[in-house]
Amino acid sequence: MNRNILRLVLASIAVLFLELTAIAGLPAGEELAVSHCESGSSGGHLVVSLRSEPKTLNPVVSNDISSREVLALTHADLIHIDRATQQTQAALAKSWKVSSDGLKYTLQLRRGLRFSDGVPFDADDVVFSFKVYLDQSLGSPQRDLLIINGKGISVEKTGPYTVTVSLPGPYASAERLFDSIAILPKHILEKPYQYGKLAHTWALDTSPEQLVGLGPFRLKSYVPGQNLTLEKNPFYWKADRRGVRLPYLSEITFLFVGNENAEVLRFAAGETDLMNRISAQNYNALEREQASRGFRLYDLGPSLEYNFLLFNLNGQIPAQSKDVLRKQEWFRDVRFRQAISLAIDREAMNHIVYQGRGAPIWTHVTPGNLLWQDASIPHPLRSLAKSREFLRSAGFTWRSDGSLVDSRNIPVEFSILTSASSNQRTQMATMLQEDLRPLGIEIHVVPLEFRTMLDRVFQTHDYEAAVMGLGGGDVDPNSQINVWLSSGDDHLWDLGETKPSTSWEADIDHLMALQVSTLKERYRKHLYDRVQEIEAENLPIICLVSPDILVGAKERLGNFHPSTLDSHTLWNADELFFAAERRASSH
Amino acid sequence: MNVPRGIRGPLSLLVVVHISALLAGFLAPYNFVDQDRSLSLSPPSKVHLSDSQGKPHWPPFVYRLIERPGHFGEYLEDTSQRYGIGFLVRSSEYRAFGVYSSNIHLFGVSPPARLCLMGTDSYGRDVFSRLLYGGQISLFTGLLAAGLSLFLATMLGTVAGYYGHWIDATIMRIDELFLALPWLYLLLGLRAFLPLRISPGQAFLLLIIVIGIVGWARPGRLIRGIVLSAKERTYVRAARSFGASDSYVIVHHILPQTRSVILTQAALLIPQYMLAEVTLSFLGLGVGEPTASWGSMLAPLQSYHVLASCWWMFFPGLVLITIFLSYGTILRALQQGGFS
Repeated sequence: MNRNILRLVLASIAVLFLELTAIAGLPAGEELAVSHCESGSSGGHLVVSLRSEPKTLNPVVSNDISSREVLALTHADLIHIDRATQQTQAALAKSWKVSSDGLKYTLQLRRGLRFSDGVPFDADDVVFSFKVYLDQSLGSPQRDLLIINGKGISVEKTGPYTVTVSLPGPYASAERLFDSIAILPKHILEKPYQYGKLAHTWALDTSPEQLVGLGPFRLKSYVPGQNLTLEKNPFYWKADRRGVRLPYLSEITFLFVGNENAEVLRFAAGETDLMNRISAQNYNALEREQASRGFRLYDLGPSLEYNFLLFNLNGQIPAQSKDVLRKQEWFRDVRFRQAISLAIDREAMNHIVYQGRGAPIWTHVTPGNLLWQDASIPHPLRSLAKSREFLRSAGFTWRSDGSLVDSRNIPVEFSILTSASSNQRTQMATMLQEDLRPLGIEIHVVPLEFRTMLDRVFQTHDYEAAVMGLGGGDVDPNSQINVWLSSGDDHLWDLGETKPSTSWEADIDHLMALQVSTLKERYRKHLYDRVQEIEAENLPIICLVSPDILVGAKERLGNFHPSTLDSHTLWNADELFFAAERRASSH
Repeated sequence: MNVPRGIRGPLSLLVVVHISALLAGFLAPYNFVDQDRSLSLSPPSKVHLSDSQGKPHWPPFVYRLIERPGHFGEYLEDTSQRYGIGFLVRSSEYRAFGVYSSNIHLFGVSPPARLCLMGTDSYGRDVFSRLLYGGQISLFTGLLAAGLSLFLATMLGTVAGYYGHWIDATIMRIDELFLALPWLYLLLGLRAFLPLRISPGQAFLLLIIVIGIVGWARPGRLIRGIVLSAKERTYVRAARSFGASDSYVIVHHILPQTRSVILTQAALLIPQYMLAEVTLSFLGLGVGEPTASWGSMLAPLQSYHVLASCWWMFFPGLVLITIFLSYGTILRALQQGGFS
């Protein structure tokens, strides 16, 4: 009798266990991460707008914000930077150990995980991924992050779920390096890689089954020019405290809307559920409506974004662009760049473009980066007199009608490219036009479609100057290494340099390499301060203003905790959910 | 020419608007590039006749506007000092008709106050002044491009209709090609091929030439039809039989027949081409900043906050609507044979 009762109890426990796992969809043996977010309800379709279409869905070669935004949701990394605490947190690696000399990291991977197509994930995928990112022929933007003292890190498989990462030299905060390095499915990408076609795989026309990742979502459909929809990845490796597998949302749709105003109109009309970056003007206009329309706005304070004026200092210029070559004689003269910088009214720019919800900046490290900003960098105010002095010393003179001419009596005029989809940067360029007019410099503002502009800056180098913005990512200096190393892929003013073309670029190269390999935080800060000083003296880019981060979301969106780091609103997309009861009350 | 009473109003309005645009330098209190960054998106200046105590003053005056600290785009009047509106005042230099330099403006106030009858844009530029200067681009692109179109249409239409045969066939096939062109996309495509840096003057000419050349096809076809029927009239045959040359017949007997079609087409094409210029400038593909055009002045309305809270930025749109309605009225009168 007792034995029967025992059997019954055991059987019921087994059934209960099976049911629970069936409900949660969690097979045994899967080492899931547990999220401590507020528990939400599954389901729901989030609609988000993107200003431009992603250029690719390949994390190895993607370089634009829209692609990164989408890829952050379809892929996962080994160790992740928690956007709320800015500290590292276990992701695909459940734990890691660092050797005493700081040169060896042993990472324990989660067991039993599967890619979004159901194929198991193990150490081979990790080794393959790093091999791809480090391959010079692919030119991945992540490659520079993985190069220390000129050598790539090496990743070895030391067990089915263990990898050992060896650093060629000491590397400051090396675990932050794994953030945003998407782990790739070897079973899908190995063949294209062997045939040398990896850079062209996973373009936008790839079928959804081929696009496989470890992120919370996977591709469902893509309609060129209109939208891209992601669906829940049923094999995602995180669950909430109740054991419910994340993500809560069943779908996310990105609408391509072209510009911010179209985004705002859609957000105000309730067609989209959250807005990533709102301009200050639109923020003020929306603020009045937030109570009645069921959304909430957040001013998160200074961002890491820096907007700057960029002169084309590239060594390789297309042969037909003789004008650019001639004008480079001016652009290369640091006194010319100093004169331009001193003629810019950054305060007015902040007032008009950001309505005071931003900050004027003199280097690329913004006030939003409390840890790394060099407080001793001077902030010279606009001075046309000093500006004229610099121009005079560089051999420029003025004609009787006030126009500036160089030593060969050629009038100084140049064009500034801006992205037509960014009102703010076009406004900055128009203000620059007016700021430089008293110096006798004529400027033509040329708004271009975003991709056309990127092609000119990154590929053909056929431009004179441009107003652009960069930033986001991480606060750590290493996140900017692509821009500041002369060999970096985002070394905008002179792309494709094999060795530094000026002595100060060589100095920056040296300082950046040194700070990467230094483990003492204080010394790193000292080195990075020096980089900022060299930047302020030589002005490879002329920094202008940095905006506050302004975002908004529907009130009923649960677990919405926007962050000053990229991506501000969707970094915890796996935890977002729609609160049903609030929806009922809002109608 | 006898102008019927119904269209005297719209016609004189158009004349006034065109003359105002030509006299922009004199009528506008400010230059179209002058920025006052402390007055970004300020509403139209209030012109007062009496002060805060109700005491009347002459001439009318304005108060200086000051931004409310911490509130972007909200302005308060500083009533501590009155700034009387002066007439025929000296201020910034301008060139009338590109030749005559002057610094006398019809009206103005002394700085630091500003008299902005239609408010300011986001850079603090006077919308009223820009509206007048913008008219030079928008109005005259329409006029000149329509002139070019009609000139081409008359030439080609007459040649095709009068000589017939393979000449007619060739010109008409080219005409059909032009009719089938999606002109807006053509212009968008063309802009991508142009050099990045073109001066406002070049851009203006280019707009006129491109819009003018693309648009000859429809009026050309109409004129050809009239020429076809005119050349078969008995008096034309008679003239030819008396040995009149082709050019004599065309100038004296055929072209006068096309006059009413040309006038009707002009009233149709001018506003249409103005709209083409406005559209291109609105999209940032016309005459570049800081040169004013009604299209580029309307472009900030794409921005949600301007659309929602700066009603004075709609002025160029109102002027455009008025002009289109005037042309519409004239067109209707022409179609009903109003001119004789």
